[in-house]
Amino acid sequence: MKVDPRLPTPGGIPEVDIDPMLYRHLAGAAVNVELDTGDMILNLGPQHPATHGTLRLVVRLDGERVIAADPIIGYMHRGYEKLVEYRTYPQITTLINRIDWLSSFANEVPFIFAAEQLMGIEAPPRARYIRTMLTELSRIATFLLFLGEMGLQVGAITPAFYGFRDREYALNLIEAVTGGRFHPNFNRIGGVKDDLPWGWINDCRQSMKKVLDSCDDFENLVAGNPIFEQRTRSIGIVPRELGAAYGVSGSNLRSSGVDWDLRRDGDPYGLVYDELDWKVWTHPDGDSFARYWVRLQETRESARMVLQMLDALPSGPIMAKVPRIIKVPEGEVWVNCENPLGEMGYYIFSKGATGPFRVKIRSASFSNVSILPWLLRGAYVPDVITILASLYFILGDIDR
Amino acid sequence: MSESVLLALNIGWGTTLAIKTVVVLAFIPAAALILGYTFLLKMMSHMQSRLGPMDPGGFHGWFQLVGDGIKFMQKEDLMPAEADRRVFALAPAVIVISTFLVFVVIPAGPRIVVQPLDVGVFYALAVSSLSVIGVLMAGWASANKYALLGALRAAAQLIAYELPLVLAVVGVVVQAGTMNLQGIVLAQQGGHIFGWGGIGNPYILTQFVGFGLFMVASQAELTQPPFDMPVAESELVAGYMVEYTGFRFLFFFIGEFGTAFAFAALAATLFLGGWAIPGVHGTTADVLGPIVLFAKVMFVAFLMFWARFTYPRFREDQLQALAWKWLIPIALVNILATGVLKVWVK
Repeated sequence: MKVDPRLPTPGGIPEVDIDPMLYRHLAGAAVNVELDTGDMILNLGPQHPATHGTLRLVVRLDGERVIAADPIIGYMHRGYEKLVEYRTYPQITTLINRIDWLSSFANEVPFIFAAEQLMGIEAPPRARYIRTMLTELSRIATFLLFLGEMGLQVGAITPAFYGFRDREYALNLIEAVTGGRFHPNFNRIGGVKDDLPWGWINDCRQSMKKVLDSCDDFENLVAGNPIFEQRTRSIGIVPRELGAAYGVSGSNLRSSGVDWDLRRDGDPYGLVYDELDWKVWTHPDGDSFARYWVRLQETRESARMVLQMLDALPSGPIMAKVPRIIKVPEGEVWVNCENPLGEMGYYIFSKGATGPFRVKIRSASFSNVSILPWLLRGAYVPDVITILASLYFILGDIDR
Repeated sequence: MSESVLLALNIGWGTTLAIKTVVVLAFIPAAALILGYTFLLKMMSHMQSRLGPMDPGGFHGWFQLVGDGIKFMQKEDLMPAEADRRVFALAPAVIVISTFLVFVVIPAGPRIVVQPLDVGVFYALAVSSLSVIGVLMAGWASANKYALLGALRAAAQLIAYELPLVLAVVGVVVQAGTMNLQGIVLAQQGGHIFGWGGIGNPYILTQFVGFGLFMVASQAELTQPPFDMPVAESELVAGYMVEYTGFRFLFFFIGEFGTAFAFAALAATLFLGGWAIPGVHGTTADVLGPIVLFAKVMFVAFLMFWARFTYPRFREDQLQALAWKWLIPIALVNILATGVLKVWVK
């Protein structure tokens, strides 16, 4: 069943609270001062291994149970929305691929596509195929890291190293095409900078087979582990209506059972998803395990998509005809896309100069972590960590 | 090291004690280094495709451990301003002492044992659980919320898993008819499997349930994954050790791996026949015994570390449930079955 999650749920956000009767004993304990243990306020972050970055989480604890959790963001605010106002369009891709640094290429594409739409240019088919392939490769890279990282947060060190190792398959391929592992800066208005290098298609085919193998490894080592299931099943459940109301998007929402993927349901933002045979994975549970499982399946699906694109890759030019000095005509445009972390969007307001007048960036992680205060209430401290890990946010994507 | 040898050399009581102390004290760091090098650095690197620990020094990264040692020496000895200074300083020593006391009773040959005790098993398990005091001291004295959470988790866990550990061993004690570790080894060496005494009767054949329980419980006593909730590095950073640096941290490290060696040695002695080689007695056994015991210890430690590198960790309530709902009932049934069979078969 398809539901547009941006629609408000009837009745607003359901208020779910801890039963106050659970804490009735504390009211009586206040008579005897020695017995009133009080709550402990624990500061998780900004420097904490589980927040992979500088997220700060102020947690009020009763024993090991969370009574209230407050995420405090902004330690990594770099002001990209302001910075891009002082740069030309070709320069901006350098900045915006640092928003979500693990899948930088996927950040560039929608911005360039928005500028192309304002200019009325369409990239040639081969460039669109290359863009789609590299977007999916960066999705594979970031998800493979997640698949290992999640194991680490649950306590198994080994998958983390496997994740870092297997991510290299995708990163090496991106590096071979663009010259950069993390920050490719490869998209140009009207196409891409270079064609694929010699032998890349063959390498890519072999690497995708290895990626599929390593997905099997993760399924056996992590997802199939009974302790992992015990730790993640029915932990951190995001109800579908509530997730949609908070603006949670991407794999996090799909694992709550919402069959909604912008690659299929939205405007394809210049990519070739409608020409491929693929499937949107959902999971009905909405817990941490579901989020892991959905990302595992999506990694596989991405690898299969890349294999299909390698077979269907058209020949031809990689750049459309573009003027030497790029001036985007007046107008405004909104492009949203399916970033690996969720829905990412750019709203560009142009006054006809070489750079935009104003850009609003909608990043996925910002909305995804907004559900944390609701989600963490009543959880145990170890579950806080698994819930944080399974929501899979990037700090640069929260703070921009 | 036996009494007879020392008496023959006409050495006084005080000197004997000094020699024994030095031997055990020297053995703990050695044991910790051997396990740390073999399993933590080399086996883990192979299992996890790690490149770092295989690189320093050329051949197989042999320099890594030395480099780690130098690093620990160089670190500043920090103590939190709010810390309870005496308790903070004493805690690592308490943990190492509990390991030290276990090594006293483990026999490595017919005459190679520091102090043979008639209550050997009881003593070894009792002193090994002293480390929980050190853990609580460290967590409380650090004046750190993460350390406190870690210490409380450790206390709850160590107490819960003390029971299955002891109950797992009771089966062996019943079968051997003695609590003396030397006696248990001799009982295994002289045992028979359906009347055939070719390899003695290592108790793993009859007490395999006990062996499994002992391995699980000792993993929890060592606070290793899947039972590493007290030091859970992804949430509590390092649990009760979070405020320790440099040499004091090294003490915790030595304590952890020394205890791993001690538990592996206990498991090897109780279930795998200890130092015994079938048909070898006397001085030959004294020479070969330590080598055989060492090989068995390394095998048991391999199993321990294999689990450590494979599993994610249980949550605190889940591991309590595992101990009370599964391990202890199984251990009790095992004791009952052992007792019934012992009476019935004889």
